[in-house]
Amino acid sequence: MAVLGVAYLLFSNTQRNLEIRGIESGFAFLWQEAGLPIGDSLIDYDPSRGYGYAFLVGVLNTLLVSILAIVFATLLGIVVGVSRVSKNWLLAKCASIYVETLRNLPLLLILFFVYTVVLASFPHPREAIEIAEGYYISKRGIYLPRPLAEDGFAVFAIASVVALVLALVFWRWARNYKVRTGRSVSGFWGGLAIFVVLCALSYFASDKPIGSELPVYKGFNFKGGFALKPEFAALLLGLVLYTAAFIGENVRSGIQSVHAGQIEAANALGVSSGVVTRQVLLPQALRVTIPATTNDYASLVKNSSLAVAIGYPDMVSVGGTIIGQNGQAVEIIAMWMAVYLTINLFISLGMNVLNARVQIVER
Amino acid sequence: MRESTKLAAVTVAALLGVGAAGAGTLEDVREAGELACGVSEGVPGFSNPNSDGVWEGLDADVCRAVAAAVLGDADAVRFVPLASKQKVLAVSSGQVDLTSRTTTWTMKRDSAEGVDFTAVVYYDGQGFMTSAAAGISSATELNEATVCLTTGTTTELNLADFARANNLTLEPVVFEGKREAVEAYASGRCDALTTDSSQLAAFRAGFADPSEHMILPEVISKEPLAPLVAHGDNQWKDIVTWVVYGLITAEEFGVTQANVADMAANSGNPAVQRMLGATGDTGGFIGLDSTWMVDVLSAVGNYGEIYDRNLTSTLGLERGVNAQWNEGGLLYAMPIR
Repeated sequence: MAVLGVAYLLFSNTQRNLEIRGIESGFAFLWQEAGLPIGDSLIDYDPSRGYGYAFLVGVLNTLLVSILAIVFATLLGIVVGVSRVSKNWLLAKCASIYVETLRNLPLLLILFFVYTVVLASFPHPREAIEIAEGYYISKRGIYLPRPLAEDGFAVFAIASVVALVLALVFWRWARNYKVRTGRSVSGFWGGLAIFVVLCALSYFASDKPIGSELPVYKGFNFKGGFALKPEFAALLLGLVLYTAAFIGENVRSGIQSVHAGQIEAANALGVSSGVVTRQVLLPQALRVTIPATTNDYASLVKNSSLAVAIGYPDMVSVGGTIIGQNGQAVEIIAMWMAVYLTINLFISLGMNVLNARVQIVER
Repeated sequence: MRESTKLAAVTVAALLGVGAAGAGTLEDVREAGELACGVSEGVPGFSNPNSDGVWEGLDADVCRAVAAAVLGDADAVRFVPLASKQKVLAVSSGQVDLTSRTTTWTMKRDSAEGVDFTAVVYYDGQGFMTSAAAGISSATELNEATVCLTTGTTTELNLADFARANNLTLEPVVFEGKREAVEAYASGRCDALTTDSSQLAAFRAGFADPSEHMILPEVISKEPLAPLVAHGDNQWKDIVTWVVYGLITAEEFGVTQANVADMAANSGNPAVQRMLGATGDTGGFIGLDSTWMVDVLSAVGNYGEIYDRNLTSTLGLERGVNAQWNEGGLLYAMPIR
């Protein structure tokens, strides 16, 4: 009750103070024309859109960089963690130097460093490095050809879906076949082969329906194609490098939590090393690794707010501009909090489900 | 239950206490013995700490002038560096007594954001700087260009408006800090840098070879820069407003840091006598001593001296539209009488 009372008092006091100072409040501004330019947008944006839409562009950018960073940080983290316990001395030392360095530097410094290095090492777009036709690297980013759907794409898309379904059917059949007969057929490789072969056949049968739009240097910048901007690349790289150090340590502790005797016992029974890893080591290591990694994912999402320092238009950057233009800080900060809270609750939910699946089922 | 009631009571008292404070900024400043003045995080010529950590610049000197008028001591200023998006909030929430930080006077800020602007100290306008090698002579040729700028300012809005009005596609790269934006431009990330022309000149002067960069002729916006105070304290707003007018009027009448004592004693001009408190009590109108302008001028000098010291001698900025009204400029201080 006291908490509710205090919350109410804070709320009404804030409202009163805002009124006294003549500051607008409420969320009506979300529908007003934003008028602010945003460089990187996943959805079609122009300054005549509303503040709410501009904020959404920022939220999507935050989501994009967070999701990609989580995926890559996890992959790199696994490599680092496995290297840490590797018997190869050089590999283990390199991994531990990596972890100790990255973990002990502020992320903001890493971001500035990565961004400065990216900008300093890449050439001006006039002298862009051309890797292959349509692939350019310059200070303006990495430009790639953009795939374009041409006539017959629908046929190809449907055929691909059918191929995927067939591959899944084969995978399930292989599993059941093993259970029934004890003979092992690789469902994964077989399914993949079915998928690739069928897709390739339909691609040529429907007369190559995927074209590409090449980036061309014109005036000041490259036009067309698919661009990976330096701000986005630097932010992604910084977040991945930093978070992977932490995830690597989670993976290492997970691996080391499995008693060495179990691995030795499995080896003594003549079980192949791949099966030992998948059936003995991983299920037990994951129990230790997943809860700690949930925290790192949540930190990563929150850390993505440092984007503003290196000019990537994430939610905090766009929101900051909105505050600068209309002064409604309370509302924007509430929206920031709501979005971060929602993202992180979803991450927690997903990770808890995963965690529940790998925990020991006690009978 | 009793514990929680007590907690609630304490909280109520605290909240009411917060509400009751701030009856008058003048009393608060006098009680604190120092003026909390919001400045930039470093804009050469306006507010920038020098190698000894002393704040220099036109905006910083306005803070000093107000402190001299109110407290009789130009050094009784606590400079609070504010990021761009904090500059309005810091003053409306009472974190600082006054923001003097290259802030554009706009209708929305003045009316709906809880602050009042005082008097314009610098008439600026947004411009573009590009590298001379780009080979363009007008901002309308910037189509498809990448432009570096900072967040939380009218700069973004002006850029978008300019692009829409001229059918240009400009790719913005928006940074939190000025320094990062300038560095990104200098490293070639952007084709152009946009901010107020005065600051462009300052940044250009700071490059290793200024001749490699040029400021395009277009000025795409009006940026009247003025100190701002919290809305609702009329006396405090009057004080800051008239200190600025005093600085401008002093230049008009030729009262300088060097001759102010002599002028106060011997000037035959009635307007100067009134301003310097030799006759009448203009300070009394706004709750200050009659010698308020003597304190101000002997501490920082008149507007022309402040401008020359901070902008002309170091950055080479001419007076331009910031000259006195009778010399073809826009500076027109209301009469002190």
